[in-house]
Amino acid sequence: MKTASKDISAMTMVKEALTKAHQYQEQYHIFNYLNDTEAIRKAAEIDERIKRGENVGRLAGVPYALKDNFLSPEGETTASAHILEGFTSPVTATAVKRLEDEGAIMIGRTNLDAFAHGSSTENSYYGPTKNSKDLERVAGGSSGGSAVAVALGIVPFATGTDTGGSIRQPASFNGVYGLKPTYGTISRYGVVAMASSTDCVGFFTENPEDMDLLMKVTAGQDPNDMTTLPDFYDREEKFDDPIKKIGVIKDFDNEAVSPEIRACLSSEIEKLKAAGHEIVELNMPALKYALAAYYIITPAEVASNLSRHDGVRYGFRSENVQTLDELYNNTRNEGFMPENKRRIMIGNFVLSSGFYDAYYLKAAKARTLIIQEYEQAFEKCDLILTPVSPNPAFKLGEKVDNPVAMYLEDMMSVSLNLAGLPGLAIPVGETTNGLSLGLQLVGPRRSDQELINFAKRMRGDHESAEDEHVDLMGGND
Amino acid sequence: MGNMEVNQDTIAHLAKLSDFALTEDESVRLEADINGIVNYISQLDELDTTGVEPTYQVFEMENIWREDEILPQEADREALLGLAKEVKDNQIKVPKVL
Repeated sequence: MKTASKDISAMTMVKEALTKAHQYQEQYHIFNYLNDTEAIRKAAEIDERIKRGENVGRLAGVPYALKDNFLSPEGETTASAHILEGFTSPVTATAVKRLEDEGAIMIGRTNLDAFAHGSSTENSYYGPTKNSKDLERVAGGSSGGSAVAVALGIVPFATGTDTGGSIRQPASFNGVYGLKPTYGTISRYGVVAMASSTDCVGFFTENPEDMDLLMKVTAGQDPNDMTTLPDFYDREEKFDDPIKKIGVIKDFDNEAVSPEIRACLSSEIEKLKAAGHEIVELNMPALKYALAAYYIITPAEVASNLSRHDGVRYGFRSENVQTLDELYNNTRNEGFMPENKRRIMIGNFVLSSGFYDAYYLKAAKARTLIIQEYEQAFEKCDLILTPVSPNPAFKLGEKVDNPVAMYLEDMMSVSLNLAGLPGLAIPVGETTNGLSLGLQLVGPRRSDQELINFAKRMRGDHESAEDEHVDLMGGND
Repeated sequence: MGNMEVNQDTIAHLAKLSDFALTEDESVRLEADINGIVNYISQLDELDTTGVEPTYQVFEMENIWREDEILPQEADREALLGLAKEVKDNQIKVPKVL
Protein backbone atom coordinates (compact mmCIF):
# COMPACT_ATOMS: atom_id res chain seq x y z
CA MET A 1 0.00 0.00 0.00
CA LYS A 2 1.01 3.58 -0.56
CA THR A 3 2.77 5.22 2.41
CA ALA A 4 3.59 8.87 3.05
CA SER A 5 6.97 10.10 1.84
CA LYS A 6 8.61 13.20 0.47
CA ASP A 7 6.62 12.62 -2.75
CA ILE A 8 3.17 12.20 -1.23
CA SER A 9 2.17 13.70 2.09
CA ALA A 10 0.21 11.99 4.84
CA MET A 11 -2.08 15.03 4.74
CA THR A 12 -2.97 14.37 1.08
CA MET A 13 -3.68 10.72 1.78
CA VAL A 14 -5.71 11.34 4.92
CA LYS A 15 -7.74 14.20 3.43
CA GLU A 16 -8.51 12.12 0.38
CA ALA A 17 -9.75 9.27 2.57
CA LEU A 18 -11.85 11.58 4.74
CA THR A 19 -13.38 13.26 1.69
CA LYS A 20 -14.42 9.89 0.27
CA ALA A 21 -15.69 8.74 3.66
CA HIS A 22 -17.95 11.79 3.97
CA GLN A 23 -19.12 11.39 0.36
CA TYR A 24 -20.16 7.77 0.77
CA GLN A 25 -21.46 8.00 4.33
CA GLU A 26 -25.03 9.09 3.60
CA GLN A 27 -25.72 6.37 1.06
CA TYR A 28 -23.83 3.44 2.57
CA HIS A 29 -23.75 4.26 6.29
CA ILE A 30 -20.26 2.87 6.83
CA PHE A 31 -19.04 4.81 9.86
CA ASN A 32 -20.30 5.36 13.41
CA TYR A 33 -17.74 8.11 13.88
CA LEU A 34 -15.45 10.11 11.61
CA ASN A 35 -12.14 11.13 13.13
CA ASP A 36 -11.47 14.31 11.08
CA THR A 37 -9.71 16.48 13.67
CA GLU A 38 -7.39 13.87 15.16
CA ALA A 39 -6.59 12.29 11.77
CA ILE A 40 -5.59 15.64 10.29
CA ARG A 41 -3.50 16.51 13.35
CA LYS A 42 -1.68 13.17 13.11
CA ALA A 43 -1.11 13.55 9.37
CA ALA A 44 0.54 16.95 9.95
CA GLU A 45 2.73 15.36 12.61
CA ILE A 46 3.84 12.54 10.28
CA ASP A 47 4.61 15.04 7.50
CA GLU A 48 6.66 17.11 9.93
CA ARG A 49 8.63 14.05 10.94
CA ILE A 50 9.21 13.10 7.29
CA LYS A 51 10.56 16.60 6.70
CA ARG A 52 12.98 16.13 9.59
CA GLY A 53 14.13 12.86 8.02
CA GLU A 54 12.82 10.67 10.84
CA ASN A 55 11.79 7.03 10.45
CA VAL A 56 8.00 7.23 10.36
CA GLY A 57 7.20 3.52 10.20
CA ARG A 58 5.97 0.89 7.78
CA LEU A 59 2.42 2.33 7.65
CA ALA A 60 3.41 6.01 7.60
CA GLY A 61 0.37 8.19 7.01
CA VAL A 62 -1.79 5.28 5.81
CA PRO A 63 -5.44 6.08 6.59
CA TYR A 64 -7.41 3.13 7.96
CA ALA A 65 -10.87 2.33 9.30
CA LEU A 66 -11.34 0.80 12.74
CA LYS A 67 -14.20 -1.56 13.53
CA ASP A 68 -16.11 0.15 16.33
CA ASN A 69 -15.40 -2.63 18.83
CA PHE A 70 -11.71 -1.70 19.25
CA LEU A 71 -11.02 0.54 22.24
CA SER A 72 -9.14 3.81 21.83
CA PRO A 73 -9.68 7.33 23.15
CA GLU A 74 -10.49 8.64 19.63
CA GLY A 75 -14.29 8.73 19.47
CA GLU A 76 -16.73 6.69 21.53
CA THR A 77 -16.34 2.90 21.30
CA THR A 78 -19.96 1.82 20.89
CA ALA A 79 -19.76 -1.70 19.37
CA SER A 80 -22.91 -0.36 17.59
CA ALA A 81 -24.81 -1.03 20.81
CA HIS A 82 -26.98 1.45 22.69
CA ILE A 83 -25.67 0.15 26.02
CA LEU A 84 -22.16 1.50 25.28
CA GLU A 85 -23.42 4.92 24.26
CA GLY A 86 -21.27 7.65 25.76
CA PHE A 87 -18.30 5.35 26.42
CA THR A 88 -14.97 6.87 25.46
CA SER A 89 -12.21 4.45 26.34
CA PRO A 90 -9.28 5.54 28.48
CA VAL A 91 -7.26 2.59 27.10
CA THR A 92 -6.06 1.69 23.61
CA ALA A 93 -6.24 -1.79 22.10
CA THR A 94 -2.83 -3.40 21.50
CA ALA A 95 -3.65 -3.94 17.80
CA VAL A 96 -4.44 -0.23 17.41
CA LYS A 97 -1.22 0.71 19.22
CA ARG A 98 0.86 -1.50 16.95
CA LEU A 99 -0.70 -0.05 13.79
CA GLU A 100 -0.28 3.52 14.99
CA ASP A 101 3.30 2.96 16.18
CA GLU A 102 4.02 2.30 12.49
CA GLY A 103 2.32 5.55 11.45
CA ALA A 104 -1.19 4.38 10.46
CA ILE A 105 -3.93 6.98 10.99
CA MET A 106 -7.51 6.04 11.98
CA ILE A 107 -10.02 8.06 9.95
CA GLY A 108 -13.20 6.52 11.32
CA ARG A 109 -14.92 3.86 13.39
CA THR A 110 -16.97 1.43 11.32
CA ASN A 111 -20.44 0.03 11.84
CA LEU A 112 -21.07 -3.56 12.93
CA ASP A 113 -23.87 -5.75 14.22
CA ALA A 114 -24.19 -4.73 17.89
CA PHE A 115 -21.51 -6.60 19.86
CA ALA A 116 -20.64 -8.37 16.58
CA HIS A 117 -23.81 -10.49 16.83
CA GLY A 118 -24.93 -10.96 13.27
CA SER A 119 -24.09 -11.70 9.65
CA SER A 120 -25.47 -8.60 7.94
CA THR A 121 -24.70 -5.44 10.03
CA GLU A 122 -28.48 -5.02 10.29
CA ASN A 123 -28.36 -5.62 14.06
CA SER A 124 -26.61 -2.28 14.59
CA TYR A 125 -28.34 0.23 16.88
CA TYR A 126 -27.34 2.86 14.32
CA GLY A 127 -28.89 1.12 11.29
CA PRO A 128 -27.46 -1.14 8.58
CA THR A 129 -24.46 -0.60 6.30
CA LYS A 130 -25.24 -1.12 2.60
CA ASN A 131 -23.42 -3.49 0.27
CA SER A 132 -20.71 -1.85 -1.87
CA LYS A 133 -22.09 -3.46 -5.06
CA ASP A 134 -25.83 -3.10 -4.47
CA LEU A 135 -27.49 -0.60 -2.13
CA GLU A 136 -30.48 -2.89 -1.63
CA ARG A 137 -28.33 -5.65 -0.19
CA VAL A 138 -26.53 -6.25 3.09
CA ALA A 139 -22.86 -5.53 3.64
CA GLY A 140 -22.47 -8.84 5.45
CA GLY A 141 -21.39 -8.94 9.03
CA SER A 142 -20.58 -8.42 11.58
CA SER A 143 -17.68 -6.28 10.27
CA GLY A 144 -19.82 -4.82 7.45
CA GLY A 145 -18.63 -1.23 7.73
CA SER A 146 -14.96 -2.20 7.54
CA ALA A 147 -15.48 -4.39 4.46
CA VAL A 148 -17.38 -1.67 2.60
CA ALA A 149 -14.79 1.01 3.56
CA VAL A 150 -12.08 -1.03 1.80
CA ALA A 151 -14.31 -2.15 -1.10
CA LEU A 152 -15.23 1.45 -1.96
CA GLY A 153 -11.56 2.48 -1.89
CA ILE A 154 -11.97 4.86 1.05
CA VAL A 155 -9.05 3.26 2.89
CA PRO A 156 -6.50 0.59 1.87
CA PHE A 157 -7.22 -1.44 5.00
CA ALA A 158 -9.62 -1.81 7.90
CA THR A 159 -9.64 -3.86 11.09
CA GLY A 160 -12.20 -6.53 11.87
CA THR A 161 -13.00 -9.24 14.38
CA ASP A 162 -14.06 -12.76 13.41
CA THR A 163 -15.85 -14.96 15.93
CA GLY A 164 -17.72 -17.13 13.42
CA GLY A 165 -17.12 -15.50 10.02
CA SER A 166 -17.43 -11.78 10.78
CA ILE A 167 -14.40 -10.86 8.66
CA ARG A 168 -14.51 -13.49 5.92
CA GLN A 169 -18.22 -13.22 5.06
CA PRO A 170 -18.40 -9.41 4.62
CA ALA A 171 -15.06 -9.60 2.73
CA SER A 172 -16.59 -12.01 0.23
CA PHE A 173 -19.86 -10.01 0.05
CA ASN A 174 -17.82 -6.97 -1.04
CA GLY A 175 -14.98 -8.41 -3.13
CA VAL A 176 -11.99 -7.78 -0.84
CA TYR A 177 -9.49 -9.95 1.06
CA GLY A 178 -10.34 -10.77 4.68
CA LEU A 179 -8.14 -12.72 7.09
CA LYS A 180 -9.18 -14.50 10.25
CA PRO A 181 -5.81 -15.49 11.69
CA THR A 182 -4.96 -18.56 13.79
CA TYR A 183 -6.59 -18.23 17.22
CA GLY A 184 -4.21 -16.27 19.46
CA THR A 185 -2.13 -14.59 16.72
CA ILE A 186 -3.10 -10.94 17.34
CA SER A 187 -3.76 -9.55 20.80
CA ARG A 188 -7.39 -8.98 21.78
CA TYR A 189 -6.49 -6.62 24.60
CA GLY A 190 -8.82 -3.65 24.23
CA VAL A 191 -11.30 -5.39 21.93
CA VAL A 192 -14.93 -5.74 23.06
CA ALA A 193 -15.27 -9.44 23.88
CA MET A 194 -17.92 -11.58 22.22
CA ALA A 195 -16.94 -15.25 22.60
CA SER A 196 -13.51 -15.62 24.15
CA SER A 197 -12.73 -19.11 22.88
CA THR A 198 -13.23 -18.10 19.22
CA ASP A 199 -12.79 -14.28 18.90
CA CYS A 200 -9.94 -13.23 16.57
CA VAL A 201 -8.64 -9.86 15.38
CA GLY A 202 -7.95 -9.61 11.63
CA PHE A 203 -8.04 -7.32 8.60
CA PHE A 204 -9.63 -6.37 5.30
CA THR A 205 -7.30 -5.42 2.44
CA GLU A 206 -7.33 -4.93 -1.32
CA ASN A 207 -4.55 -7.48 -1.88
CA PRO A 208 -2.60 -10.28 -0.12
CA GLU A 209 0.63 -8.23 0.05
CA ASP A 210 -0.97 -5.64 2.33
CA MET A 211 -2.39 -8.43 4.49
CA ASP A 212 1.10 -9.83 4.95
CA LEU A 213 2.43 -6.41 6.01
CA LEU A 214 -0.38 -5.89 8.54
CA MET A 215 0.25 -9.31 10.04
CA LYS A 216 3.97 -8.53 10.38
CA VAL A 217 3.04 -5.33 12.20
CA THR A 218 0.37 -6.67 14.56
CA ALA A 219 0.94 -10.42 15.17
CA GLY A 220 2.70 -11.52 18.31
CA GLN A 221 2.57 -12.12 22.00
CA ASP A 222 1.15 -9.43 24.29
CA PRO A 223 1.58 -9.49 28.07
CA ASN A 224 -1.89 -7.90 28.30
CA ASP A 225 -3.53 -10.87 26.52
CA MET A 226 -2.45 -14.19 27.95
CA THR A 227 -4.18 -16.04 25.10
CA THR A 228 -1.68 -14.76 22.51
CA LEU A 229 0.57 -17.46 21.07
CA PRO A 230 4.37 -17.22 21.11
CA ASP A 231 5.45 -15.22 18.04
CA PHE A 232 5.36 -17.30 14.88
CA TYR A 233 4.23 -15.10 12.00
CA ASP A 234 7.01 -14.57 9.44
CA ARG A 235 9.41 -16.46 11.72
CA GLU A 236 9.04 -20.09 10.82
CA GLU A 237 11.23 -21.26 7.98
CA LYS A 238 9.07 -23.55 5.92
CA PHE A 239 9.76 -25.44 2.76
CA ASP A 240 7.30 -23.75 0.47
CA ASP A 241 6.53 -26.25 -2.28
CA PRO A 242 4.97 -24.34 -5.18
CA ILE A 243 2.68 -27.27 -5.98
CA LYS A 244 0.02 -27.86 -3.34
CA LYS A 245 -2.46 -30.55 -2.45
CA ILE A 246 -5.72 -28.69 -2.14
CA GLY A 247 -8.62 -30.18 -0.25
CA VAL A 248 -12.24 -29.72 -1.29
CA ILE A 249 -14.97 -30.57 1.21
CA LYS A 250 -17.52 -32.84 -0.46
CA ASP A 251 -20.01 -32.35 2.39
CA PHE A 252 -20.59 -28.73 1.24
CA ASP A 253 -21.32 -29.76 -2.36
CA ASN A 254 -25.11 -29.86 -2.08
CA GLU A 255 -28.23 -27.77 -2.63
CA ALA A 256 -27.78 -25.89 0.67
CA VAL A 257 -25.14 -23.91 -1.24
CA SER A 258 -26.24 -21.62 -4.06
CA PRO A 259 -25.48 -22.74 -7.64
CA GLU A 260 -23.46 -19.57 -8.25
CA ILE A 261 -21.11 -20.29 -5.36
CA ARG A 262 -20.72 -23.93 -6.36
CA ALA A 263 -19.97 -22.93 -9.95
CA CYS A 264 -17.43 -20.41 -8.71
CA LEU A 265 -15.68 -23.09 -6.63
CA SER A 266 -15.63 -25.54 -9.56
CA SER A 267 -14.13 -22.97 -11.85
CA GLU A 268 -11.39 -22.13 -9.31
CA ILE A 269 -10.65 -25.84 -8.92
CA GLU A 270 -10.21 -26.16 -12.68
CA LYS A 271 -7.80 -23.22 -12.69
CA LEU A 272 -5.82 -24.74 -9.82
CA LYS A 273 -5.61 -28.07 -11.63
CA ALA A 274 -4.44 -26.29 -14.77
CA ALA A 275 -1.73 -24.60 -12.69
CA GLY A 276 -0.50 -28.07 -11.63
CA HIS A 277 -1.99 -28.39 -8.15
CA GLU A 278 -3.50 -31.63 -6.95
CA ILE A 279 -7.13 -31.67 -5.78
CA VAL A 280 -8.01 -33.95 -2.85
CA GLU A 281 -11.64 -34.71 -2.02
CA LEU A 282 -12.43 -34.63 1.68
CA ASN A 283 -15.29 -36.23 3.57
CA MET A 284 -15.87 -34.33 6.82
CA PRO A 285 -19.26 -35.48 8.18
CA ALA A 286 -18.94 -33.74 11.60
CA LEU A 287 -18.79 -30.30 9.91
CA LYS A 288 -22.53 -30.55 9.37
CA TYR A 289 -22.86 -30.09 13.16
CA ALA A 290 -20.43 -27.19 13.47
CA LEU A 291 -23.17 -24.56 13.22
CA ALA A 292 -25.29 -26.15 15.96
CA ALA A 293 -22.22 -26.50 18.21
CA TYR A 294 -21.25 -22.89 17.47
CA TYR A 295 -24.72 -21.57 18.36
CA ILE A 296 -24.42 -23.31 21.74
CA ILE A 297 -20.80 -22.55 22.63
CA THR A 298 -20.64 -18.90 21.58
CA PRO A 299 -23.97 -17.80 23.15
CA ALA A 300 -22.75 -19.42 26.41
CA GLU A 301 -19.61 -17.27 26.25
CA VAL A 302 -21.63 -14.23 25.12
CA ALA A 303 -23.95 -14.53 28.13
CA SER A 304 -20.92 -14.51 30.38
CA ASN A 305 -18.96 -11.73 28.61
CA LEU A 306 -21.97 -9.42 28.31
CA SER A 307 -22.96 -9.73 31.95
CA ARG A 308 -20.51 -6.87 32.67
CA HIS A 309 -22.81 -4.36 30.95
CA ASP A 310 -24.98 -3.30 33.86
CA GLY A 311 -25.30 0.47 33.61
CA VAL A 312 -23.16 1.03 36.70
CA ARG A 313 -19.59 1.72 35.62
CA TYR A 314 -19.79 3.04 32.05
CA GLY A 315 -22.03 3.50 29.04
CA PHE A 316 -25.79 3.91 28.98
CA ARG A 317 -27.88 3.91 32.18
CA SER A 318 -31.68 3.75 32.08
CA GLU A 319 -33.33 6.89 33.47
CA ASN A 320 -36.40 5.03 34.53
CA VAL A 321 -35.23 3.35 37.78
CA GLN A 322 -36.01 3.34 41.50
CA THR A 323 -34.02 0.32 42.73
CA LEU A 324 -30.71 -1.32 41.91
CA ASP A 325 -32.48 -4.29 40.31
CA GLU A 326 -34.40 -1.94 38.07
CA LEU A 327 -31.14 -0.21 37.18
CA TYR A 328 -29.68 -3.51 35.97
CA ASN A 329 -32.79 -4.92 34.32
CA ASN A 330 -34.04 -1.76 32.61
CA THR A 331 -30.59 -0.69 31.45
CA ARG A 332 -29.93 -4.10 29.94
CA ASN A 333 -33.36 -4.40 28.40
CA GLU A 334 -33.25 -0.93 26.84
CA GLY A 335 -29.53 -1.13 25.96
CA PHE A 336 -29.27 -4.46 24.13
CA MET A 337 -30.55 -5.18 20.62
CA PRO A 338 -33.02 -8.07 20.07
CA GLU A 339 -30.25 -10.33 18.72
CA ASN A 340 -28.07 -9.60 21.78
CA LYS A 341 -30.97 -10.67 23.99
CA ARG A 342 -31.59 -13.85 22.01
CA ARG A 343 -27.94 -14.87 22.31
CA ILE A 344 -27.66 -14.02 26.00
CA MET A 345 -30.83 -15.99 26.75
CA ILE A 346 -29.77 -18.98 24.63
CA GLY A 347 -26.43 -18.89 26.45
CA ASN A 348 -28.10 -18.92 29.82
CA PHE A 349 -30.41 -21.68 28.60
CA VAL A 350 -27.62 -24.05 27.47
CA LEU A 351 -25.65 -23.41 30.65
CA SER A 352 -28.55 -23.79 33.08
CA SER A 353 -28.86 -26.81 35.31
CA GLY A 354 -30.67 -29.65 33.62
CA PHE A 355 -29.59 -28.58 30.13
CA TYR A 356 -25.83 -28.21 30.52
CA ASP A 357 -25.00 -31.84 29.66
CA ALA A 358 -27.46 -32.05 26.80
CA TYR A 359 -26.35 -28.84 25.10
CA TYR A 360 -23.12 -27.24 26.28
CA LEU A 361 -21.19 -30.42 27.07
CA LYS A 362 -22.48 -32.09 23.91
CA ALA A 363 -21.33 -29.12 21.83
CA ALA A 364 -17.90 -29.16 23.49
CA LYS A 365 -17.59 -32.81 22.45
CA ALA A 366 -18.74 -32.02 18.91
CA ARG A 367 -16.00 -29.38 18.87
CA THR A 368 -13.41 -32.11 19.55
CA LEU A 369 -14.73 -34.16 16.61
CA ILE A 370 -14.55 -31.11 14.33
CA ILE A 371 -10.94 -30.42 15.37
CA GLN A 372 -10.05 -34.07 14.74
CA GLU A 373 -11.64 -33.99 11.27
CA TYR A 374 -9.53 -31.00 10.32
CA GLU A 375 -6.39 -32.68 11.70
CA GLN A 376 -7.11 -35.74 9.57
CA ALA A 377 -7.85 -33.55 6.55
CA PHE A 378 -4.47 -31.80 6.84
CA GLU A 379 -2.74 -35.17 6.74
CA LYS A 380 -4.15 -35.53 3.22
CA CYS A 381 -3.82 -31.96 1.93
CA ASP A 382 -1.85 -28.74 2.53
CA LEU A 383 -4.81 -26.40 2.51
CA ILE A 384 -8.55 -26.41 1.86
CA LEU A 385 -10.52 -24.28 -0.57
CA THR A 386 -14.17 -23.85 0.38
CA PRO A 387 -17.00 -21.32 0.12
CA VAL A 388 -17.25 -18.71 2.88
CA SER A 389 -21.04 -18.55 2.87
CA PRO A 390 -23.81 -20.46 1.10
CA ASN A 391 -25.14 -17.36 -0.73
CA PRO A 392 -23.89 -14.07 -2.15
CA ALA A 393 -25.10 -10.89 -0.39
CA PHE A 394 -28.82 -11.14 0.39
CA LYS A 395 -31.43 -8.36 0.43
CA LEU A 396 -31.73 -5.97 3.37
CA GLY A 397 -34.57 -7.17 5.61
CA GLU A 398 -34.67 -10.62 4.02
CA LYS A 399 -33.41 -12.58 7.04
CA VAL A 400 -33.27 -10.11 9.91
CA ASP A 401 -36.51 -11.36 11.50
CA ASN A 402 -35.63 -15.02 11.16
CA PRO A 403 -32.67 -15.82 13.43
CA VAL A 404 -32.20 -19.40 12.24
CA ALA A 405 -32.14 -18.33 8.55
CA MET A 406 -29.52 -15.71 9.47
CA TYR A 407 -27.46 -18.27 11.41
CA LEU A 408 -27.47 -20.64 8.42
CA GLU A 409 -25.43 -18.03 6.53
CA ASP A 410 -22.55 -18.95 8.88
CA MET A 411 -22.65 -22.70 8.16
CA MET A 412 -19.32 -22.79 6.32
CA SER A 413 -17.39 -20.23 8.33
CA VAL A 414 -17.85 -21.20 11.99
CA SER A 415 -15.98 -24.52 12.03
CA LEU A 416 -12.62 -22.70 11.61
CA ASN A 417 -13.31 -20.65 14.70
CA LEU A 418 -14.23 -23.72 16.73
CA ALA A 419 -10.95 -25.34 15.64
CA GLY A 420 -8.83 -22.16 15.94
CA LEU A 421 -7.70 -22.37 12.31
CA PRO A 422 -6.74 -19.48 10.01
CA GLY A 423 -8.98 -18.63 7.05
CA LEU A 424 -8.36 -16.16 4.26
CA ALA A 425 -11.34 -14.95 2.22
CA ILE A 426 -10.31 -14.17 -1.35
CA PRO A 427 -12.39 -12.40 -4.00
CA VAL A 428 -12.92 -14.63 -7.03
CA GLY A 429 -15.45 -12.96 -9.27
CA GLU A 430 -18.99 -11.74 -9.58
CA THR A 431 -22.47 -13.09 -10.18
CA THR A 432 -24.26 -12.19 -13.40
CA ASN A 433 -25.92 -9.28 -11.60
CA GLY A 434 -22.65 -7.94 -10.28
CA LEU A 435 -22.55 -9.26 -6.71
CA SER A 436 -19.17 -10.26 -5.30
CA LEU A 437 -18.23 -13.91 -4.92
CA GLY A 438 -15.59 -15.11 -2.50
CA LEU A 439 -13.99 -18.34 -1.34
CA GLN A 440 -11.79 -19.08 1.64
CA LEU A 441 -8.40 -20.75 1.96
CA VAL A 442 -8.12 -22.72 5.18
CA GLY A 443 -4.91 -24.14 6.64
CA PRO A 444 -3.58 -25.77 9.79
CA ARG A 445 -2.82 -23.57 12.81
CA ARG A 446 0.02 -21.13 12.20
CA SER A 447 -0.21 -21.48 8.39
CA ASP A 448 -1.44 -17.87 8.05
CA GLN A 449 1.49 -16.70 5.97
CA GLU A 450 1.28 -19.74 3.70
CA LEU A 451 -2.38 -18.92 2.99
CA ILE A 452 -1.43 -15.35 2.10
CA ASN A 453 1.41 -16.57 -0.12
CA PHE A 454 -0.90 -19.01 -1.85
CA ALA A 455 -3.46 -16.26 -2.45
CA LYS A 456 -0.71 -14.20 -4.12
CA ARG A 457 0.14 -17.15 -6.32
CA MET A 458 -3.52 -17.78 -7.25
CA ARG A 459 -3.88 -14.16 -8.30
CA GLY A 460 -0.60 -14.33 -10.25
CA ASP A 461 -1.70 -17.50 -12.06
CA HIS A 462 -5.01 -15.91 -13.01
CA GLU A 463 -3.37 -12.74 -14.23
CA SER A 464 -0.93 -14.66 -16.43
CA ALA A 465 -3.84 -16.77 -17.73
CA GLU A 466 -5.66 -13.53 -18.60
CA ASP A 467 -2.55 -12.13 -20.28
CA GLU A 468 -2.35 -15.24 -22.44
CA HIS A 469 -5.99 -14.77 -23.31
CA VAL A 470 -5.35 -11.17 -24.33
CA ASP A 471 -2.37 -12.27 -26.42
CA LEU A 472 -4.47 -14.79 -28.28
CA MET A 473 -7.13 -12.23 -28.95
CA GLY A 474 -4.80 -9.45 -29.90
CA GLY A 475 -2.38 -11.25 -32.17
CA ASN A 476 1.38 -11.06 -32.02
CA ASP A 477 2.18 -7.40 -31.53
CA MET B 1 -33.52 -33.11 24.20
CA GLY B 2 -35.27 -32.82 20.84
CA ASN B 3 -38.63 -32.45 22.55
CA MET B 4 -37.61 -29.57 24.79
CA GLU B 5 -40.39 -26.99 24.63
CA VAL B 6 -39.58 -23.40 25.59
CA ASN B 7 -42.68 -21.73 27.06
CA GLN B 8 -43.43 -18.44 28.83
CA ASP B 9 -42.17 -19.87 32.15
CA THR B 10 -38.82 -20.71 30.55
CA ILE B 11 -38.63 -17.21 29.04
CA ALA B 12 -39.36 -15.64 32.43
CA HIS B 13 -36.66 -17.78 34.04
CA LEU B 14 -34.10 -16.93 31.33
CA ALA B 15 -34.99 -13.24 31.55
CA LYS B 16 -34.29 -13.38 35.27
CA LEU B 17 -30.93 -15.10 34.70
CA SER B 18 -30.11 -12.50 32.04
CA ASP B 19 -31.30 -9.43 33.99
CA PHE B 20 -33.78 -8.30 31.34
CA ALA B 21 -37.01 -6.45 32.11
CA LEU B 22 -38.76 -7.85 29.01
CA THR B 23 -42.01 -6.38 27.79
CA GLU B 24 -44.90 -8.74 27.14
CA ASP B 25 -44.50 -8.39 23.37
CA GLU B 26 -40.82 -9.18 23.63
CA SER B 27 -41.50 -12.29 25.70
CA VAL B 28 -43.95 -13.62 23.11
CA ARG B 29 -41.52 -12.95 20.31
CA LEU B 30 -38.58 -14.48 22.19
CA GLU B 31 -40.55 -17.63 22.94
CA ALA B 32 -40.95 -18.24 19.20
CA ASP B 33 -37.35 -17.26 18.36
CA ILE B 34 -35.78 -19.33 21.11
CA ASN B 35 -37.93 -22.35 20.28
CA GLY B 36 -36.69 -22.10 16.67
CA ILE B 37 -33.07 -21.87 17.77
CA VAL B 38 -33.34 -24.67 20.33
CA ASN B 39 -34.98 -26.82 17.70
CA TYR B 40 -32.03 -26.15 15.37
CA ILE B 41 -29.26 -26.77 17.89
CA SER B 42 -30.98 -29.96 19.07
CA GLN B 43 -29.82 -31.67 15.86
CA LEU B 44 -26.56 -32.30 17.75
CA ASP B 45 -28.52 -35.23 19.20
CA GLU B 46 -27.77 -37.13 15.99
CA LEU B 47 -24.01 -36.93 16.50
CA ASP B 48 -22.43 -39.86 18.31
CA THR B 49 -20.05 -38.45 20.92
CA THR B 50 -19.56 -41.60 22.97
CA GLY B 51 -16.12 -41.58 24.56
CA VAL B 52 -15.23 -38.14 23.13
CA GLU B 53 -13.50 -35.65 25.44
CA PRO B 54 -14.93 -32.10 25.39
CA THR B 55 -12.89 -29.13 24.12
CA TYR B 56 -13.43 -25.81 25.88
CA GLN B 57 -10.60 -23.81 24.39
CA VAL B 58 -8.06 -24.07 21.56
CA PHE B 59 -5.41 -22.19 23.40
CA GLU B 60 -2.72 -24.93 23.24
CA MET B 61 -1.18 -23.80 26.52
CA GLU B 62 -1.48 -25.31 29.97
CA ASN B 63 -1.02 -22.43 32.33
CA ILE B 64 0.86 -19.16 32.41
CA TRP B 65 2.40 -17.75 35.55
CA ARG B 66 3.57 -14.25 36.11
CA GLU B 67 5.05 -12.41 39.05
CA ASP B 68 2.41 -11.01 41.38
CA GLU B 69 3.39 -7.40 40.97
CA ILE B 70 1.48 -4.27 40.12
CA LEU B 71 2.48 -2.94 36.70
CA PRO B 72 1.74 0.57 35.50
CA GLN B 73 -1.76 0.74 33.94
CA GLU B 74 -2.97 2.98 31.14
CA ALA B 75 -6.09 4.11 32.98
CA ASP B 76 -5.95 5.48 36.52
CA ARG B 77 -8.75 5.57 39.08
CA GLU B 78 -9.87 9.04 38.06
CA ALA B 79 -10.20 8.09 34.39
CA LEU B 80 -12.20 4.98 35.26
CA LEU B 81 -14.50 6.73 37.72
CA GLY B 82 -15.01 9.42 35.08
CA LEU B 83 -16.84 6.85 32.94
CA ALA B 84 -19.65 6.35 35.47
CA LYS B 85 -22.88 8.36 35.38
CA GLU B 86 -22.78 9.41 39.03
CA VAL B 87 -19.79 9.52 41.36
CA LYS B 88 -19.62 10.65 44.99
CA ASP B 89 -16.51 10.59 47.21
CA ASN B 90 -14.58 8.41 44.76
CA GLN B 91 -17.42 5.90 44.63
CA ILE B 92 -20.00 5.10 41.98
CA LYS B 93 -23.51 6.03 43.03
CA VAL B 94 -26.43 3.65 42.41
CA PRO B 95 -30.04 3.59 43.67
CA LYS B 96 -30.82 2.14 47.08
CA VAL B 97 -29.99 -1.57 47.36
CA LEU B 98 -32.34 -2.32 50.26
